[in-house]
Amino acid sequence: MTPKLVAKDVCLEYRQPRTGDRLLALDRISLSVNEGEFVSIVGPSGCGKTTFLSVVDGLLPATSGEIIVDGLRVNKPGPDRAVVFQDASLLPWRTVLRNVCYGLECIGVRAAEARERAMKFVQMVGLDGFENSYPYELSGGMQQRVNLARALVMDPKILLMDEPFAALDAQTREYMQEELLRIWEQANKTVLFITHQIDEAIFLSDRVIVFSARPGRVREHVTVDIERPRSLKLKRDPRFHALEDRIWSLIHDDALVQARS
Amino acid sequence: MNSRSIADICRDNERLIIGASAFAAFLVMWEGFSRGWWATLLAPLLGESARALAIKPIFISSPTGVAQQSWTMFAITGEIWPHIAQSGGQLVVGLGAAIVVGVPLGLAAGRYRTFSYILDPFLSALNATPQVAFLPLFVMWIGTGFWMRVLIIFLLAVIPITMNALAAVRTVDPRLLKVASSFGATELHTFRTIIAPSALPFILSGMRLAVGRSMIGIVVAELYGSATGIGIMINMAGASFDTDKVFVGVLVIVIAGLLMTEGLRAIERRFDGWRPAIGDNM
Repeated sequence: MTPKLVAKDVCLEYRQPRTGDRLLALDRISLSVNEGEFVSIVGPSGCGKTTFLSVVDGLLPATSGEIIVDGLRVNKPGPDRAVVFQDASLLPWRTVLRNVCYGLECIGVRAAEARERAMKFVQMVGLDGFENSYPYELSGGMQQRVNLARALVMDPKILLMDEPFAALDAQTREYMQEELLRIWEQANKTVLFITHQIDEAIFLSDRVIVFSARPGRVREHVTVDIERPRSLKLKRDPRFHALEDRIWSLIHDDALVQARS
Repeated sequence: MNSRSIADICRDNERLIIGASAFAAFLVMWEGFSRGWWATLLAPLLGESARALAIKPIFISSPTGVAQQSWTMFAITGEIWPHIAQSGGQLVVGLGAAIVVGVPLGLAAGRYRTFSYILDPFLSALNATPQVAFLPLFVMWIGTGFWMRVLIIFLLAVIPITMNALAAVRTVDPRLLKVASSFGATELHTFRTIIAPSALPFILSGMRLAVGRSMIGIVVAELYGSATGIGIMINMAGASFDTDKVFVGVLVIVIAGLLMTEGLRAIERRFDGWRPAIGDNM
C-alpha cells in the first residue's frame, strides 16, 4: 500500500514568552497513514496531539522534519488536507449551507457551483432541511455534522479530525461515532483522527498510535484487527476490551512516570 | 379576532408608554415653571418663597415658546435653513472623512501587531488630550473657514472610530481565524468573511460615539469666525438673551444626533439577523 501521509522526524520547539525557555512539544514524530486508512492518535492531554495536527495541516511550521502528502512535502495549508475542528468553529453569521461553502469559496469555486456541491454533503451528514438554519439554532451534534461537511466538501486527500466529539455529551458522541463510520465508508477518505478517548479511537480506527506526554513521542502503534462494518455493540466485545486495556496501560504507565518526575 | 385586553396592550408597549409619559410630564413641568403655575399652586403652602418657582421665560424659555419660535424659523422666515445647511455640510464631510480614515486604520492596527505599535502612541496621546485644544493651531494653519471646522469635527470623530475598530479586530474569535487560514483564505477574504462581520457591531458603536462628539465639534468650532451654522446661531442667540432661539438650535442638534444614531442602529439590525434574539433558547 502506498502511504498517503508520511511524517518524518517531526520536531516542534517553541519559546515560552514568559520565561524565555525553549520547550520541546513534539519529539521526532515519525508515522505514516495509508490510502483509505483510518488512524487515530491518542495520548494524555498535553501530549501535543493537536499541535501535531496543526503541523500536518501546515498552520504551524515544524522546527525540523517534514510532512509528506502523496509524495510532496507540505509546509502550508492546502486543499489536499481539510480539518474538522475541535469546537465546531462555524461562522455564526452564515447559514449551514453557506458555512459548508466556505472552503470552496476560499479556493475560488463559483457561488452557484459551491452551493450545489455543498448541498450534497449537507445531505450526506444528514442535515437535509437545515441548510438555511443558523448555527445557534443547531444542537452541538448537528454543528459538528456541519463542521464535518465543510471539510468533506473540499474532497481532501486526507481528513484531519481534531477531537471533534470531545464537547458532546456521551450519548450524542457514541451516535456521532457510528455516523462518522457510515460517512467515512461512503466518502472513502484517509483519516487522521485525534482523541483522548481510548474507546473512541479503537472503535473508529484501523490503527491507533499512542503518544506519550511532554514532549510528544510516538510510543506505540496498535493495530485494530476488527472487521468492518462495526456497530456500537463492538464496545462490549472481549477483543475490544483487550485493546482498550493495552492502550490504557500504555498511557497510564506514562502518566505515572510523569507524576514521579 | 384580536382578543388583546387593554392591559396586554399596555404591557406590550410599556417602553413607549412610560417613556412618552415621562417626557410629557417633563414638558408640563417646564411650561409650568415658565408660566408660574407652580408658584400660584403652591403659594398657599409655601407663602412668599413659592415665588422662586416662577422662573422668567428669558432664562428657561418654555415648550410653547420653543414650538412657536421653531415654526417661525422653519416655516415663516426660513432663517434656520442656511444654518442647518452650513453645519450639516461640515458634519457630513468631517464625520465621513473620519469613517473613511478611521475604520481601515483601526482594522489594520487590530490585525497587524507591528502597525499597532506605530499607531498606539499617537492614538493614546490624542485620546488623552481634549481635542478642542488644537483649535487655535488649526486657526493659525488654515484660517477660520469651512475646512478648519471640518478638521476639528474629523479629529473629534476619528478617535472613537479608530479605537473601536482596533478593539473590534482583537475580539474576533481566534478559532474562526484558524478556520480561514486552514482553508487557505486570502487576507482580503479573511477580512471580508471573518473580521468584518464580527467587528461590525463594535465599529457601529464607535460611530455612534463619534456622532455625539461631532456635535461638540460643530458647536465649538463655529465659535471661531463663523457667521452661519447652528453652533454660532445658538451662541449669538444666547448672547442676546433670545432663549427660545437657543432652544430651537439645541433641538435641531438633538434631533440630528438621534436620527443618526437610530440610522446606525438600523444598519446594525439589518446585519444582525443571525444573532439569537434575547430570551431565545440557545
